[in-house]
Amino acid sequence: MRKQLRLSGSGGQGVITAAIILAEAAVSEGKQAVQSQSYGPEARGGASKSEVIIDDERIYHPHVKTPDFVLAMTQKAADKYFHDLNPDGVLILDDDLVPNSPDFKNIIRVPITKLAVEKLGKALFANIVALGVIVKVTKLVDFETIKKSVATRVPPHTVEQNMTALQLGFDAV
Amino acid sequence: MSARLMQGNEAIAEGALAAGVRFFGGYPITPSTEIAESLAKLMPKVGGTFVQMEDEIASMGVVLGASLAGKKVLTASSGPGISLKQELIGYAAAAEIPAVIVNVQRVGPSTGQPTAPSQGDVMQARWGTHGDHSIIVLSPWSVREAFDIAVKAVNYAERFRTPVILLTDEIVGHLRENVELPAEVEIYPRRTPKTSRAEGYEPYTPDDDLVPNVANFGEGYRIHVTGLIHDETGFPSGSPKVTREAIKRMNDKIARAEDIIEVHQEFMDDAEFAIVSFGGTARTAYEAVLNVRKRGLKVGFVRLITIFPFADKVIRKLAGKVKGLVVAELNFGQLVNEVERAVAGQCPVKLCAKYDMTIFEPEEIEQSIDELIAEVNGNG
Repeated sequence: MRKQLRLSGSGGQGVITAAIILAEAAVSEGKQAVQSQSYGPEARGGASKSEVIIDDERIYHPHVKTPDFVLAMTQKAADKYFHDLNPDGVLILDDDLVPNSPDFKNIIRVPITKLAVEKLGKALFANIVALGVIVKVTKLVDFETIKKSVATRVPPHTVEQNMTALQLGFDAV
Repeated sequence: MSARLMQGNEAIAEGALAAGVRFFGGYPITPSTEIAESLAKLMPKVGGTFVQMEDEIASMGVVLGASLAGKKVLTASSGPGISLKQELIGYAAAAEIPAVIVNVQRVGPSTGQPTAPSQGDVMQARWGTHGDHSIIVLSPWSVREAFDIAVKAVNYAERFRTPVILLTDEIVGHLRENVELPAEVEIYPRRTPKTSRAEGYEPYTPDDDLVPNVANFGEGYRIHVTGLIHDETGFPSGSPKVTREAIKRMNDKIARAEDIIEVHQEFMDDAEFAIVSFGGTARTAYEAVLNVRKRGLKVGFVRLITIFPFADKVIRKLAGKVKGLVVAELNFGQLVNEVERAVAGQCPVKLCAKYDMTIFEPEEIEQSIDELIAEVNGNG
């Protein structure tokens, strides 16, 4: 069963890293996955988007057509990327960074960045908090699997904080 | 080895190492930088050398020097950097120095759109440097194939003592997907002299396959390397005969090797029409073929893995069997001219072009097929 996700925000928020970790988790569970990305020439601040397709069959065309899940970490991303959502899909918004909800039926608002700042002292962990939210909402991979994938990908001295971030997101919905 | 998520650029680095590349010289540029990044980490672990040079020209120069000294070499860049490398790519062709040049294509011309995908460097890959040079150009469509093609590119560079362009695109270069890499690959070793100095060894005397067994620098042979047309001694010659024979041999050594022409064909048994594509675009073309087949249209899939030498015979043969071809490429129209040349009027050839920073959607290629079918059947 094909599932399509789009993670969007602005450069530096870590949406591409989050997408890579999610795709790695899917692959480690024996699924097929492709992850692609698009971003501007800026190192930080420009629009940033990453897409993940997870399937049991081989995936050819690498771009998401009708996403089942969209994460938006900025108002601009929310306004731009909810249009082609599957009507039964889910739009996940950062509660503080996306003040205005787009006109869509299934919206989940989570104070993703606020949780990262308040509980871990850094907005840097927002993408891992978001990953916790995504795993809970989408049920695409096991929580134990995503924990392993995060631990493998992040710098060793930050594993503990990242595990907390993941749990924060998972428990927030 | 179990499956893992890997990026196309990383797979190129892994493939190059597996094929025996032990020297990388480069200068970072989006969307090729991950190749350099990967090799900066991996190369020292296998005792190889990674060097970031001051620019792309020097990067090309340093890999040619390392190759002459006996190393298998790689450099990687994108459009603007590949343009800068052209003079020394020609030098590598003329002096017959094995080297692999990776081009992860982005939108051009000039600085263009640095982070956006394109396939606009097809003809540059063939004719970017001046003169009647020969060259090999290969293009992968998946992360796993990026590994395989990197191995092949290195092997062909060594076998033919030629520059080989690994022409990928941002689509494949930046794509991550699950791969299982082979534990071992077939390696073509560096060619070595068959005669000693005492027997009158001349570095540019061609072997039976028309390729010379040029000795590595520092191994006791007297070698002279030049971009001037040279005779079998390696020293310049002003002779019309030497010039004619040098240019002919340089082209023939690759043209006669038909085993390097690889074309991936599927759904061709009953095909009345076919889509020709390559690289990242072929992934979308494949999905387009699956979609139109669901509608009952007999459409085949043709993907060029070897872009140059161009698969003239394959295309000519299949053009005789189908009613028309669509060429899908992420540029203003380049490969289509090669296809038309090979088809030689046997069937209509329709271009499906795109050059707006975004990749094709399957529907766009399907529309071209529908239009072609309507035109051929007289309903257009």
